[in-house]
Amino acid sequence: MPKRPIEPLFWTLFSAGGVIAAFFIPLLLFFFALAFPLGWLTPPSYEALHHLVSLRLARLFLFVVCSVPLFHWAHRFRYTLYDGLQIKHLNEFINVFCYGGAIAGTVVSAYLLWNLH
Amino acid sequence: MPDTIQLDIARYSPERDESPSFQSYTVPLRKDWVVLDALNYIKDKIDGSVTFRWSCRMGVCGSCGMMVNGEPKLTCATFLSSYSPGPARVEPLRYFPVVRDLVVEMSDFMSKFRKVKPWLVRKEEKPISQGEYLQTPQQLENYKQFSMCINCTLCYAACPVYGLDPFFVGPAAIAMAQRYNLDSRDQGSEERMEILAQHEGIWGCTFVGECTKACPKNVDPAGSIQQYKLTAAMHWFKSLLMPKASR
Amino acid sequence: MSAPTTRSVPPHTPYHPRWYRSHVSTYWWMQQWSYFRFVLRELTSLGVAYSCVILLYFIRALSLGPQAYEALQRRLASPVLVLVSFISLVLVLFHTITWFSLSARAMAVRVGGKRVPGLLITASNYVAWLVISGVLAWFLLR
Repeated sequence: MPKRPIEPLFWTLFSAGGVIAAFFIPLLLFFFALAFPLGWLTPPSYEALHHLVSLRLARLFLFVVCSVPLFHWAHRFRYTLYDGLQIKHLNEFINVFCYGGAIAGTVVSAYLLWNLH
Repeated sequence: MPDTIQLDIARYSPERDESPSFQSYTVPLRKDWVVLDALNYIKDKIDGSVTFRWSCRMGVCGSCGMMVNGEPKLTCATFLSSYSPGPARVEPLRYFPVVRDLVVEMSDFMSKFRKVKPWLVRKEEKPISQGEYLQTPQQLENYKQFSMCINCTLCYAACPVYGLDPFFVGPAAIAMAQRYNLDSRDQGSEERMEILAQHEGIWGCTFVGECTKACPKNVDPAGSIQQYKLTAAMHWFKSLLMPKASR
Repeated sequence: MSAPTTRSVPPHTPYHPRWYRSHVSTYWWMQQWSYFRFVLRELTSLGVAYSCVILLYFIRALSLGPQAYEALQRRLASPVLVLVSFISLVLVLFHTITWFSLSARAMAVRVGGKRVPGLLITASNYVAWLVISGVLAWFLLR
């Protein structure tokens, strides 16, 4: 292929992130951002949660759930800014902000989960 | 049901006007009339200068597409009584340049349609002695829905991406490309992919879904575009990971 | 029909001074309910991003110790963050609902030659979502 745009990669990440976000995020957000802090449900104790998250499988799961949906946000928000606000002329800045943000989030989650202690 | 209904028709004469304006006409409201009948009544009996396209008046030629109350419709397939008591606003198809009154310039769609090679592409032709290309009903079913397009461009009038980005190839063109890609007799997917895999091709589409809603023939262009995105993405990964295998 | 000119001019309409071309307003998405719903659907990505950030804060708090864990929950209980979280939850739920109906239309799933009806795909997505949510809840509440 003479010119190979990178769009298919971003679209695939967008799709995968959308699937992961659709299945896993509603309950996780509800529990951690509302139910636990407001006391509607008893949050797991620090020790129990720490033990759960330290498991290798849990860390892998959390890495996927915290990073791929960020690429979903990046791709979708980029197009929302393009079409919604018609600011396509700022598209280099938008791309860096969106995909750069997603990459940064991925790096942060990898770092936090690798160095969990 | 009242006797009459008012139609507000967009008028624009390039010699006279800077921009379109509305002119109101009152037409009889007959139970079996479609909007096209009302337009023809106006042209015959009230104002012969109203200009619009129409042909088959039965929803197969795709000529009479217009915006009625802000929605893209085939005026020969839209009952006038749906807009009672009125008034109903009739405007030219959205996102296309207006030539005069309700007539738009469609050459953009025509050129994009041609670009996607909407014909059977063969790498090797079968000689006549070997007979015709056979196709099972199952193989026909794979692409049949996308072959129903009548090129009315209501989908272009519904698509905000096309309105915002004039380079976007558009729903009907991509659906037609898929119609041929999925045809078992066709061998041209590679050629079409080079055109469609650009940013103004399928990747500009954000699955608004308005094109499918507007389509009078249930072609589902939005579905065809998303399916094609999956195909294109898989092809991209394959060519990345196994460059020799996919040429 | 003359040939298209340079790349900067859209190739479709050679400049014709007498054809009227209406301008698409920046507020095109407010002019129609279906367009507005579309933009709302796209904005759900903000709720998704917020959720990822919250989860990352929790993981960080786990490394910092039990006080950080309690402090984070107290911070999240503040009225402003509760409001933001609630809005994000609405957005995330809207994402899930729209995603399930969109993905049914975006794929042509064929079983034994016949196309699986979209409703069946959407319904099985909902069932899977309930099961997954149940499993997650079990892990977190036991």
